[in-house]
This record gives sequence, C-alpha cells and structure tokens, in this order.
Amino acid sequence: MKLYEFPAYKLSEMLRNKEISSRELTEAVFVRADEVDQKVEAYLSRDREAALKMADAADGMIAAGKNTSRLCGIPVGIKDNISTTGIATTCASKMLENYVPVFNATVADKLEAAGCVFSGKLNMDEFAMGSSTENSYFKTTKNPFNLGCVPGGSSGGSAAAVSSCEAVVALGSDTGGSIRQPSSLCGVVGLKPTYGSVSRYGLVAFASSLDQIGPIGRCVEDVALLQDEIQGHDPMDATSADRSYASLFDGLNDSVAGLKIGIPSEYFGSGVKHEVAEAVMTAVRELEKRGAKAVPISLPSTGYALSAYYIIACAEASSNLARFDGVKYGYRAKDCDGLIDMYEKTRSEGFGREVKRRIMLGTFVLSSGYYDAYYKKAKLLQKRIQQEFSDAFSSVDVIVTPTSPFEAFGIGEKTGDPLSMYAADICTVTVNIAGLPAVSVPCGYSAKGLPYGMQIIGRKFDEQTVLNTALAHQRAFGEFRRPEL
Amino acid sequence: MLINGYEVVVGLEVHAELNTKTKIYCSCRNSFGLEVNTQVCPICLGMPGTLPTLNEKVVEYAIKMGHALNCSINRICKQDRKNYFYPDLPKSYQISQADIPLCHDGYLDVIMDNGDVKRIGVERIHIEEDAGKLLHSDKFEGSLVDFNRCGVPLIEIVSRPDLRSAEEAKAYLETIRSILKYIDISDCKMQEGSIRCDVNVSVHKPGEPFGTRCEMKNVNSFSTVVKGIEFEARRQISELEAGRTIVQETRRWDDQLGESVAMRSKEDAQDYRYFPEPDLLTIVVPEEKVAELKATLPELPNAKIMRYVNDYGIGRYDASMIVDVIEKSEFFEKCIAAGCKSPKILSNWVLGEISKFMNEGTAIEDTKLTPEKMSELVGLIADGKISTAAGKTVFDIIIKEDRDILSIVEEKGLAQVSDESALEAIADEVLAANEKSVADYLGGKTNALGYLVGQCMKLSKGKANPGAMKEIILKKISG
Repeated sequence: MKLYEFPAYKLSEMLRNKEISSRELTEAVFVRADEVDQKVEAYLSRDREAALKMADAADGMIAAGKNTSRLCGIPVGIKDNISTTGIATTCASKMLENYVPVFNATVADKLEAAGCVFSGKLNMDEFAMGSSTENSYFKTTKNPFNLGCVPGGSSGGSAAAVSSCEAVVALGSDTGGSIRQPSSLCGVVGLKPTYGSVSRYGLVAFASSLDQIGPIGRCVEDVALLQDEIQGHDPMDATSADRSYASLFDGLNDSVAGLKIGIPSEYFGSGVKHEVAEAVMTAVRELEKRGAKAVPISLPSTGYALSAYYIIACAEASSNLARFDGVKYGYRAKDCDGLIDMYEKTRSEGFGREVKRRIMLGTFVLSSGYYDAYYKKAKLLQKRIQQEFSDAFSSVDVIVTPTSPFEAFGIGEKTGDPLSMYAADICTVTVNIAGLPAVSVPCGYSAKGLPYGMQIIGRKFDEQTVLNTALAHQRAFGEFRRPEL
Repeated sequence: MLINGYEVVVGLEVHAELNTKTKIYCSCRNSFGLEVNTQVCPICLGMPGTLPTLNEKVVEYAIKMGHALNCSINRICKQDRKNYFYPDLPKSYQISQADIPLCHDGYLDVIMDNGDVKRIGVERIHIEEDAGKLLHSDKFEGSLVDFNRCGVPLIEIVSRPDLRSAEEAKAYLETIRSILKYIDISDCKMQEGSIRCDVNVSVHKPGEPFGTRCEMKNVNSFSTVVKGIEFEARRQISELEAGRTIVQETRRWDDQLGESVAMRSKEDAQDYRYFPEPDLLTIVVPEEKVAELKATLPELPNAKIMRYVNDYGIGRYDASMIVDVIEKSEFFEKCIAAGCKSPKILSNWVLGEISKFMNEGTAIEDTKLTPEKMSELVGLIADGKISTAAGKTVFDIIIKEDRDILSIVEEKGLAQVSDESALEAIADEVLAANEKSVADYLGGKTNALGYLVGQCMKLSKGKANPGAMKEIILKKISG
C-alpha cells in the first residue's frame, strides 16, 4: 500500500508515532497528483512549496508535542469556493479568475491552526451550481472510475481527488447534494452536516440558507475526523449553532442493534434506477442482519421538493451573486459605455450559462407580483418538508435512500438538458431544505464498475448516529473499491 | 394652509445615522470624516464569503426612538435584503427591514410656531445599513468610491401624510432632531449627512381625496425641505391648474437649480426584490429589555418645553430655544436647582450671554461660571440690588475668575441706589436743570419722562434704580 492510499486516521497514528513525517506524506500526495491529475483534472491550483512549508510546520508541532489535533500534518484538499488567504479562490468562474482573498474562511483557519497541509484548491461547478463539474470555467474533472464519465458535482474536484488518492481528505460544500452526489459517483464517503454545525464564514455563498461545508474521505472514520476539526460555533456566522460539539471520531461505534431505519417509498420510485434502489436495499438488509430494523415510511411532499429547492436556491443566488459587478474585484469587461453597460457586459461575459440561468430564475421568482406565487410558496413547502422529516424521526433513527438516482453519466450527456441534470439532485435536496445531516456511502457498483451510493439521513445534530450507521454498513460491505488509474 | 385653494399634504422619510461605536454588521469603527477607505473590513466591503452579524446596540437605539415616538415595538422581527445595483453598495443589496419594521404605529406631538400642538402619525421605524459614497472631482477621471460609510447603522422614520405645510414639516423635523439628540442615539449633523430626508408631496382641494404624490430625494437640509416642499406644491398646483394630471414619480431636489427634477416614473420604479436576509437570525427582543429601554428615556424636549412654560413662566419660544441645546437646558436646570430666584431673568441670560459663549465653542464647564454664581447674580438683579448693565460687568468677570460677586459689586461700585432720599436729591437736581422737558411732559409729550429718567441715571453713573427713579420723578412733577 502506497503512503497516499492510507486513510487519514491511520496516517494520523503514523505521524504521531513518528513513523512518517508530514513532509514525506505531503510529497507523496503531490507526486500522486503529478501522476494522475492530467487525467482526472481535480485540482485548480496546487502550491507545493507552500504545502511543504505547512508540512514542516506540522512536523515541528509534532516534534514539540504540540500536535493537539489528530489531523496535524495531514494534507487536505479544499474546494475552490472556500476562501484561503493569499490563495486564489475562483469558484471555478471567469468572474473570480484572479481573485485572491485577504482572509481565511473559518474552516481554513481551523485547519491551519490544527496543523493541516493544504494540498490544493479543487475544481467545482461554477459557483457550486451543477451536478457534474462540467460548469467549471477552467476544466472538466473526470470520474476516476471512468474518465469518460463525470465525477458529479458541484464538489466534483473534491470527490474525484479523494477517490483517486490525490488528496487524503477534502472539503466540499453542499447546497442541494453537492457533497453527497459526487461522493456517490466517485465511490467515496461524503457528509453534509446539519445546517449551522460548520461555519459558513468565508464560503462564497450560493444559497445562504442551504449551503453547508462538509468533509469527503475514503472511509467513514476519515469523514468523522475531518468533521471533528471543522464543526463548532462561530460568532462570525449568525446562523452557526451555539451548542457543544462532541468528537464524532471518538463516538464511532458500528453497532446498529435496535436501530430503526426509515425507508421512504418516495425515494425508491420512478426516476430512480432499479439497480441503485436494489443496491441500497441490499445494504439495508445487511444492516438488519446486524440488528437494525427497516420501517417503511412516507415523506409525501418529496415530489415538490425539487421545485421548492430550485426556487429558494436560485432566489438567494440571484442576490448573493449580485456583488460580482465589476466594480471592486474580479472580472470587469473592457470597452464599456458607462456604468450600466459595464454591469451588463461584465456579468454577461464573467458568468457561465448555468449561473446566468439561475440568476435569471431567482430574479424572476423574487420579482414584485411573482414573489407570493413562487418564493413564498416554496418557503411554505420548506416548512412542510421539515415537518414531515421531524414527524418521521419520531419513529425512526435514520432514513436511508439512494444518494443519486443513477450512477455517473457520460461527460456531455446531460449538458444540453438542464432539467435532467437538476433531477440528479432529486434524493438529496430535501435534506438541505430540512437542514438535516446526511452521509453518502458507496453501496454497490454497476456492471461497468461505476459506484452507487447510499444516503443515510439523521436528526438535526445527530451526525453520530448517521456516521455510526455508515460505519456499520462499511464493515458489513467490506473495502470500498478504488479506481485503477 | 391653502395655496390657491389647494391643501398641501406631506409625508417624510427621515434617515438618521446612529452614533453606535461600531458599524451595524461588523466591528469597524463608526465615525465620520476619516481618511477614505480606512474604516473598512472584508465584511462591510461585501467580499465574497463574508457574513453579517447584527450589532445589538442598533436594535436598542431604534427601540429607544420607537418609545420616544410612542410606537408599538415588534419584539420579534426580521431583516430583509433590498436588491439594487450601485457602485456605492458593495454587496449590491442593502440589509434593511421590509414588511415587519422594529417599531410601528406611533406619533409625535409637534409644537408649531403659533404654539398649537399638532399630532403627526409615525407609520414605522426600521433599522438598515448605510451605503458608501461616490467621489467625483476634476482631479481624476470617472468616479471613485469611499466605503467608510458602508454599514453605518441607520434608522428610517416614516411619518404618515399628516403634515400640511412646509413649516409643519420643518417643525416636525426639528422635533425629531431634538429627540434624537436628547436620547443620544445620533449626532444629527446635517452637514455630515447624519440626517437625510425623502419628502412625499401631494396637493388636493380640501374635502377631496388625496392627490397623486411625488417623492423627492436628496433633500439634505431643513431649509431645503422647506424650499423643496414649497416648490413641489407650486409645481403640482400649476400642473393641475393647467388641466394636466400629476404623474406618480420620483424626483430629485437640485439645490443649484432650486427646483425638483424628474428622476423616474412609477413605471420605471425599481423592483427591489425584497426577501428575508438568510444570513441573519430573527430578531427577538425580550419583553423586559423593551421595558428597560423605555425606562432609560430622559425627559423629552417637548415635555421639557411645556414644563418650562408652565412651571417657570417662560415664553414658549424662549423655552424651546433653551431646550433645543441640551447643554443650555442642563445649565438652566442646574441654576434652578441651585435656588435661582427668577427663571425668567435666568432664561434671558442663558439665551444671551451664555449662548454667546457656547456659540463660540466654549463649554460652560470650562469657564469659572458655576450654577451657584449664576443664581446669585440673577438674584441680585431680580432684587434690584444691581442693574442688568451692572450684571453684565459682573458676568464678564465671574466667567473668567473665581471671585466673590458681592466683593466685585463693592469694588466696582455697582450697587444700585434705591435709597429714597438719595434718589430725591438726584431728581431735584435734574428737574431743576431741565425745566423745558418738565413743561413738555406736562404739555402731553410723554416721552419727555424717559429723557428725564435717563438724565437721572446719567447723573447717578448708572447706579440709580431706574424703576424707583421713574416713580420719584413722576411724583415730583405731577405732584
């Protein structure tokens, strides 16, 4: 086994026992990326010198016994919509091609303080809008299991980098499935934490009320480890929850005896590929063998969730992205005739098609005369969906569904049809609408070897039960497959 | 007040910058006049990924104003985004409050120039953030922007259309300003733009429904408010008289032209696409806090004016002049507390000599004048022990030196002569020397009396008590 293939929690022990150094590990990860990233194209930027400096600092902390964090010395990849001081944060957009933040996102600060090494900034759909990473202005990331397929999105770079061992673990962000869906398509584990458990300060906003930063790893333990590092109350984020956060890694337990698993019929019907549903149910039956009990439940408003999601998300996005106007930073069109012309040209040229589509949708649904018909109704629906989940959780401990209704699709296959692309989020958006935690874990492979993912949804702030269920599944399922590159 | 048979209807939207230490959504300093783009941080610059956190002081200040304007308080309310593009607005939206303002449905009693009290409805008070400022100059091409003002907390006070003239609008604004100062939530410096005003004007014939209103922006001083309303009312009346209709529109006051200029019509009205600010939580103010803030309110200027009028017998105009400047009214009340005998005479001194010092920028605390000394001086004048003119001589000394007043009076020989025999001697001398004037008076020229008293004062070198002197002369010549 190569150094870059080890899970973070093992590497953590090796670093603490001084069997390896962070410099050695960082070098190994960079060499791996040097080898395979021309194929996968997961990274938007990597800075070896800066990373080695961080590695040396981590080694210094370990030598001095000041490594209080388990992640000290571990290379972490960061999605390119998370602000990093002095490192370009492009959101994979022409608009921010040359934008370098003067401040760190809270999560980046936390990782730096823990002694993590930044292995680079990862590709994504422009401003996190998309389900395939094809909306990146710079490059299309490939699925490591099949380079002709998409890695999913919007955190496609993060999932592909972890899957191909170009990163040990990575941060993604999830607004409607953007951590879970690419994790599913790339055969890795990705957690969308409870809304409010990870600070959004420094995450370039797509839809403020739905966005959440979360960890991606090759195993449940690594996801727990990274979540431990980034969760916690942040006074800089008013929506961050002020409560105590216990270590998920320390709380990991693979016993599912007595666990009640809700199986919502709405997530296994039309639109979901039969093989995917089968793989998920097979995994559930394995959990039942270990003492869990599956209970059929109903979440009747699910069918409206996608509409509500796209209304709320686009409305917020139209406002959040209004600041990219060419005045202060980022792209500004040339040869403009006055202020309005500058605004129009800058935004027409600086944003890609999907971003513009969503800004227009969002502008429309907030317009006077349409607000009540769209935005207000969507918010009502959000309340109802939240209520349905909360009712369901009075009788079950977790809810299990497919993550993506289908496995990775071919590059270019859905780009001409935005609605079929939006349908990729059908199983994941409700979780954001309800603000719940959910993890995606691999649960099977197609005939062509492409991974399927299972989504485990939990009660608010009950990441522990979600991850424990995932761990039980991981142990029952056996080693997740790694792609051949 | 009617103009050509039309009644003017005015509503005001007053924006007041709050004087909190820090800005509304970040910890930058809230202060005016500092070097361009130095009081800024990633948050108030709206850099990607930054988030606002609400300064609770802003909510407290706004609730205080709500109490002062007799409003109901929405203990539970939210903040909303008002979306529009402009280079001085870095996020391209302003965080404000749309359908649920912090304070609503209050009123303000305004004392008009003629002494009438008029109740003006207050529709709402909400909190919001200020934008930056565009800079234009011959020294550079294009426009530059100063973001220092971004995120300065504002309250917007929206009146009902209850004002009926420019004068009423001015009186309303002056009362608002006075309250803001008394509850110490705004610096109220018009020239620094800390109070700004949008004016809604319509005209109609009494008994008929309200006319179509026009909103006028950029009205940045109280005198412009008066000019603007008068201009706009005349413009609308002449439109109607010419058989045209008023178009609902937003106009801009052009101070140089001295007229309002059309900006945009209702059809072009901006759609601000308000929606709840997802980055901020619902504001929840505990009931006890609302009550506590009410308890901290000082006596408000209107109540103070009425108290001065009723308890001290001071004219309403003088009372409002004293109350208008907190320092004057504080000094006035300290003198009363020190046992001042005549609030009426005291008020003349506060508005005269003491105001002169304050207007020059000297705080009374920085002089040697104490409320006790001032009360003593007023007492001497009230008792006729010294004349007002002599009082001025004493005042000029005790404001600079910590000296005993009576010893000054003695040293300068300022004591008024009220002794009857001494006054009679003076009268006899003057009457003997001015027989013609005596004859004039007796012949009906009453102003000759003043001349005779004046001569007596002159002879006494100003020390004679003029009242007593006059009586003695009258007695002697008509006796």
